[in-house]
Amino acid sequence: MDVQKIREQFPLLSRRVRGKPLVYLDSAATSQKPRVVIDAESNFYRETNSNVHRGIYLLSEEATDAYEDARARVGRFLRAPDPSEIVFVRGATEALNLLAHGLGRSRLKAGDRVVATVSDHHANVVPWHMLREERGTTLEFVSVDEAGHLRLDEYDRWFDGKTKVVTLPHVSNVLGTVNPVREIADRAHAAGAVVVLDAAQSAPHIPIDVVALGADAVAFSGHKTLGPTGIGALWARKELLEEMPPWMGGGSMIEEVHAGRISYREPPAKFEAGTPNIAGAIGLSVALDYLEGIGWEDLARHERSMQARLFQNADERLGKKIRIFGSRDVREREAVFSFALEGIHPHDIASILDAEGIAIRAGRQCSQPLMDRYGVGAMARASPYLYNTLEEIDLLYDALDKVVKVFA
Amino acid sequence: MAYDLYQEMILHHYRNPKNFGLLPSADLEGAESNPTCGDHIEVRLKLDPDHRKVAEIRFTGDGCAISVASTSLLTVQVAGKSLEEVQAITRDDVLKQLGIPLSPVRLKCALTGFAALGKALHSSASTVRPTAQGA
Repeated sequence: MDVQKIREQFPLLSRRVRGKPLVYLDSAATSQKPRVVIDAESNFYRETNSNVHRGIYLLSEEATDAYEDARARVGRFLRAPDPSEIVFVRGATEALNLLAHGLGRSRLKAGDRVVATVSDHHANVVPWHMLREERGTTLEFVSVDEAGHLRLDEYDRWFDGKTKVVTLPHVSNVLGTVNPVREIADRAHAAGAVVVLDAAQSAPHIPIDVVALGADAVAFSGHKTLGPTGIGALWARKELLEEMPPWMGGGSMIEEVHAGRISYREPPAKFEAGTPNIAGAIGLSVALDYLEGIGWEDLARHERSMQARLFQNADERLGKKIRIFGSRDVREREAVFSFALEGIHPHDIASILDAEGIAIRAGRQCSQPLMDRYGVGAMARASPYLYNTLEEIDLLYDALDKVVKVFA
Repeated sequence: MAYDLYQEMILHHYRNPKNFGLLPSADLEGAESNPTCGDHIEVRLKLDPDHRKVAEIRFTGDGCAISVASTSLLTVQVAGKSLEEVQAITRDDVLKQLGIPLSPVRLKCALTGFAALGKALHSSASTVRPTAQGA
């Protein structure tokens, strides 16, 4: 894997910020886009733009084919048994809201329980909280140990027949922990619950096989996987898509609309009201081609070497001044590196890094239950991806040395 | 630019904030959080017996250098002033006192303590003013 060659394929990475070369270490928030993705979106508008599933003319046929090909591409990416189980959405957030709305009506009644984890992103916490407020369901959280592993023993107390949904992140957006989805899914199924998986942070890094994982529904975002913003996908078992009521109403999702009655189309159309993000879906399919073209093994090797460099620098250059959250074993985590510096607020770290041209995340990371778990108000997070180099990891620590000096 | 932010005055107030701590018998209190960064500042005021002046002001919380320094400076400004004078303080006064260039995101940090103070003063309307009028 030639990182320099990859970097040349990402136009934004040649930008300078604050008079310095950009060091982009916030890919867990959103990845940069390769030229082929930017071109694919742009070419759709230049050459094929028209609405899908409607026009009786060549352009619309081409647009519809490209959109449905993109659906099939996403299906292959997730190893989904059937492309009609793929629903295009704006991103993982919309997919998870759709599931909370749909399962909340098809499966849950007041008093039924949803079990999430403290390492879930707010996108997979808030919709279930909203359901709790609206319909009187309950919401419980499984915790993590100091190294960021889910406390699997805590599931036992919730598997009493009242838990109807078990939801978890495949990879934590803060700790990078890869969770043992299959084991949890098997136990949840035995207890009569369906399993919802937030794959927003795993999809960029590891191959996903929805059947092997044992989940009933999986959500991911295009923009974290080299694709455009505003497009993502929900996969769910056909029976679940059939049992859930529609999410939004509008054109394309109905069979018949009359003054006194209405009927809906079969999934996935049932969940895709209105004109979809056609260009985004096409851009996403090209992004997935690009990502899989890199090769998962090569990607993992490169990311592990960057993780090792992050840990090595931390030990050698900052020692006790840096607190690293989660596991230190790079084989069981992805390249999401959250840390704190003694006596320095993460926001101040990010401001000084910004002056050095380095972009990281600082704040609650959309994971307040996890901030509570570790007893901090905020964390700093560096998240490298395929286009980052070991030299950039060293630049990060050069800048962190400056942060420590400013606050010394 | 970031290094302009972290001037000695700001760092001094961050390391040694004035009026930092709890105020057990406070007459007024207000809190403000900044959801993007996780900052949380609580401001408490003790008024003099006739409830016209700020006898004491203290703050607690967890914040970045900008929010802590800004709140520290604000409490120095507020201590001993009449409620009318405190109410007349504007966000521009707060920013001017800080005297550093702020991006839109950091502007929120600089104004977290001011927002908490505003909420504390608002609490006066219902809980304190009747006593003040009675005095």
